[in-house]
Amino acid sequence: MLRLEPRTSASPLVEAITPVGAVIATMVAGGCLFALLGKNPFEAIHMIFVAPLLDPYSRSEMLIKATPLVLIALGLSFGFRAGVWNIGAEGQYVMGGLAGSAVALAFWNVEGAWLLPLMVLAGMAGGCLWAMIPAVLKVRFNANEILVSLMLVYVAGLFLSAMVSGPLKDPQGFNFPQSRLFHDSARLPVLLEGSRVHVGVLVALAAVVLAQVLLHRHMFGFNVRLLGQAPRAAAFSGVNANRLTVICLALSGSLAGLAGIFEVAGPIGQLQPSLPVGYGFTAIIVAFLGRLSPIGILLAGLVMALTYIGGETAQFALGIPKAAISVFQGMLLFFLLAADLLTRYRIARIRRGVV
Amino acid sequence: MDLSAIDPITLFVGLVSAATPLLFAAIGELVVEKSGVLNLGVEGMMIIGAVCGFAAATTAGSSAVGFVAGAAGGAALALLFGVMTQYFLTNQVATGLALTLFGLGLAALIGQPFTGIKPPPFHGLDIPVLSDLPVLGRMFFRYDIVLYLGVGLIALVWVFLNRTRTGLILRAVGENHDAAHSLGYPVVKIRLAAIAFGGACAGVGGSYLSLVRVPQWTEGMTAGTGWIALAIVVFAAWKPWRILLGAWLFGGVTILQLNLQASGFLSWLQSLGIPMQAQYLSMTPYLVTILVLVVISADRTRAALNAPGCLGRSFTQSG
Amino acid sequence: MSVLLDLDGITKTYPGVKANDDVSFSIEIGEIHALLGENGAGKSTLVKMIYGLARPDAGAMHLGGVAYAPHGPVAARAAGVAMVFQHFSLFEALTVAENIELGMENAPPRRELAQRIREVSAEYGLPLEPDRLIGDLSVGIRQRVEIVRCLLQSPRLLIMDEPTSVLTPQEVEQLFATLTKLRAEGVSILYISHKLDEIRQLCDRATILRGGKVVATCIPAQETARSMAGMMIGQELAQPSVRDFSPGEVLLELEGLSLPAAGQFGVALHGIGFRLRAGEILGIGGVAGNGQDEFLLALSGERRVEPRMIRLAGRPIGGRGPEVRRGAGLLTAPEERLGHAAAPAMTLAENALLTGRRRAGLTQGGFLRSGAIGAFARRIIADFDVRTPGIETLARALSGGNLQKFVIGREVLQAPSVLVVNQPTWGVDAHAAAQIRGALQALADGGAGVIVISQDLDELMEISDTFAVLANGRMSPVRPATGLDIETIGRMMGGAFGAADAEFSHASA
Repeated sequence: MLRLEPRTSASPLVEAITPVGAVIATMVAGGCLFALLGKNPFEAIHMIFVAPLLDPYSRSEMLIKATPLVLIALGLSFGFRAGVWNIGAEGQYVMGGLAGSAVALAFWNVEGAWLLPLMVLAGMAGGCLWAMIPAVLKVRFNANEILVSLMLVYVAGLFLSAMVSGPLKDPQGFNFPQSRLFHDSARLPVLLEGSRVHVGVLVALAAVVLAQVLLHRHMFGFNVRLLGQAPRAAAFSGVNANRLTVICLALSGSLAGLAGIFEVAGPIGQLQPSLPVGYGFTAIIVAFLGRLSPIGILLAGLVMALTYIGGETAQFALGIPKAAISVFQGMLLFFLLAADLLTRYRIARIRRGVV
Repeated sequence: MDLSAIDPITLFVGLVSAATPLLFAAIGELVVEKSGVLNLGVEGMMIIGAVCGFAAATTAGSSAVGFVAGAAGGAALALLFGVMTQYFLTNQVATGLALTLFGLGLAALIGQPFTGIKPPPFHGLDIPVLSDLPVLGRMFFRYDIVLYLGVGLIALVWVFLNRTRTGLILRAVGENHDAAHSLGYPVVKIRLAAIAFGGACAGVGGSYLSLVRVPQWTEGMTAGTGWIALAIVVFAAWKPWRILLGAWLFGGVTILQLNLQASGFLSWLQSLGIPMQAQYLSMTPYLVTILVLVVISADRTRAALNAPGCLGRSFTQSG
Repeated sequence: MSVLLDLDGITKTYPGVKANDDVSFSIEIGEIHALLGENGAGKSTLVKMIYGLARPDAGAMHLGGVAYAPHGPVAARAAGVAMVFQHFSLFEALTVAENIELGMENAPPRRELAQRIREVSAEYGLPLEPDRLIGDLSVGIRQRVEIVRCLLQSPRLLIMDEPTSVLTPQEVEQLFATLTKLRAEGVSILYISHKLDEIRQLCDRATILRGGKVVATCIPAQETARSMAGMMIGQELAQPSVRDFSPGEVLLELEGLSLPAAGQFGVALHGIGFRLRAGEILGIGGVAGNGQDEFLLALSGERRVEPRMIRLAGRPIGGRGPEVRRGAGLLTAPEERLGHAAAPAMTLAENALLTGRRRAGLTQGGFLRSGAIGAFARRIIADFDVRTPGIETLARALSGGNLQKFVIGREVLQAPSVLVVNQPTWGVDAHAAAQIRGALQALADGGAGVIVISQDLDELMEISDTFAVLANGRMSPVRPATGLDIETIGRMMGGAFGAADAEFSHASA
């Protein structure tokens, strides 16, 4: 008979291996799913996980997709560690994109190097303020941040739709619900000639490094971990749980807002009602897949971006439904959570009691 | 504006019908939470219920088959959550989120061949005499059978929790799983049963959406209903009869804003110089949810009074 | 007399520990049988197996001459074995009647059950109201609920795990009367304790466990407490030397400290006031659940009060949080080691940082100084003899005694001017307990003020210079610890310190 024993010390090896195991298990289960759909599983898996890596354009697209995922997941990871469950990052992403775009559109006929930084600031502020709603309601009124932040996703989506079909609509756009195209100084500079890779990629990388330092070398990271693992010990230590809750939500809101404005000012170039494509939710998977650690999130963001790019190819080439990719991502999270058991417990063999 | 287009009786009938999916999902989640488990995957289970119910009903040509399939689909997905959280001891919040993401994707996949078709019609009852009563007949006696079952389920759950020994054991497990274990009660099995029940209820709620309310299959058609159901459980302070109140309140808000949109309320505002877009009216159910959560949660002692003691905590058997 | 329960060669191994090693003894019908041993001697494991919560790896049990191997508590109860737990298996949000119903196999309908609860509880002198919520009841009454729950099933064997640790002396008297009555009715009782005097008073025979093995069986009435302690511990304990108590200036002053109850079942504090001087060890006794935890939270700064209610060296600090108070020299160690005093899933190094950040200089500009953190953790481990592989071990991997030494050491090494500890030796083996008491005394000798909150009166009498009692969130006046008799303390614990005071001041006048 097997039984579980809590580990007496953390095993970094197991912690690093389990996400890889989860990815492999997802490939196997996903292969079965594709076989059920009547597709060649090997071809599908190859197309999703391998083919994009062999093609330079796909590789650059991967970086573009990974950028918002990594940024949002980094912000979420601090909250998740502290037990603050912001699952409304999608809404904060939208509000960030909206706020930044509003700045860009206010100066649609003025160019200047100052415009982009201003847009970025506005984007972060927009996401941050949107996240402050659940934060304040949680701290002041004890309202569940999961439900509040999630409800605000729907509100943000509707607000975006109202804006692009109202005040921010392109006056020369034949009544299409979308804004003017941004001019050059409102667009993120492209890094690689011939691709869409923008400076946001570098910002995301810098954010990973900063987050790593903050989490493991600074009191803030220690307090976040402490609050999540042992709330009463945190209170005893002197951690102000309310303040930390607000900071975590502000951080994740700002980063989601940043991702939002990067997306609008980067690949898209104008405000559209189709801005929310689920990055805020996929980032939750990225955060867990990366074990809530910054370096892990970077890798997980790349893997998840890979499934997006590969998934799109497979969609066209093999006729695999778009939804299959989200099933795929959901499965990944399940396998990962299940594999987590091995990081907290080890499996020991025991003799059945002789009675 | 033509407010006369809003007939109070039609409004009432609409809200009772709109409340039914919420009612099923919320009463199921209430039982789950009473057993000490927080399943945030209601949205995922509902949409799976919606698609399974729709697929089965259109294939078999029978709504009844559809509801059974919806319940089965919801329960199956819930058991996935159950196995993960009870045996693999995963974090309930994260697993619930995963369930929703997975459910939304899987439903879209299953539902692909079913977009654009109509389900078999599902008529209201025609009770002799009662259905023909003026006003009252329309308000209370012409709904479909599933709607009445939903209201009956609330009463049944109340009786189960407060008047039966099994219900007492379920509450005990949710209150203090260590004590329940030391008295010899199978904590994990009881929780699995509660989780499956919750999933079946959410599944029926989802089927009601796709078979009766809308009635057709569209991707992401639950649009947050499952999350609102979670909020209703908090609103109800874990008391069954208050689920009814909460579901009707939210059903009312939804119907009212739809009726306002249809009544020319917006163009009337426009004529007064207040530009208002339909999207703002569509926000109201979500905003009301937030408002209600704030009002209910602000009174900390009362909010905590009925919350099960072990809500959301993993149970591990020691020794 | 004939044998009711016979244990033969019971062995149980947990990873890394042999909890029970070839344990054999028997309990006769109508006997109160003591199971005696230190914490960690294997008493709990043995009892779990008798009650069906664990299965032996080897050995056999017979109940009433029939092979007995319960699959779980339900089977045990069906066989006539009932148990009163040390940490009650009660549900706070449910009523007395519902709790009792949950512990019965064939509960009668609710109205009938309520009637039987009233009857049985009155018959045994343990009156209960069936409709009250458990959460509203005192610890002593909760134990009654557990006992009545057992009695309603007419058990053949009643297991009681450390029943008196939560009772006032008067409540203990009442319990003993009930148990004696049950014995007269032919019920056997397995009585688990480490309190020697009460075993001598109550029990017919005693089996003594040490390190998982039976080391002796005796008739307590024919032994002295000292001789049984010798069997239990295996060695004589060095008595701590009597300290010269010459109090210095006032370090900590509490004035009208009041705190509303947190949550539905919390205890409120009312007007607590006293002065703690340099070099003084103040022992605070009282039954658990009378405000000890709240008192510690108010002193640690986890719950804020009005600034003037707590003054440290004249400075009002009642409104400040734990960090500021630590900086000013007021350190605390809560009762619950895992989850409150220490974070279970963090390493010892990280747990050193938990409270040592400011006084031990473990951060710089908010950044962690890992060298300093490691050095501080290693110093605690070395100075306080914490048995652990190293500073990277997780706190939850340490035994209770080792973790407690780490927690106390962490605070003592920060050179507090006032240290407040709650239950410093609870669940700690005798050797570690002696080390901890020694460290607290050394701290006081060095001029610090120490407050020890404990439910172990013997411990308090041993180390305290002054003594007070918490009852219902109020504190008795502080008095010298010498010359207090058990009866006076008992009355104080029952909350009657008004009368006791008059008597005391009268006597001293």
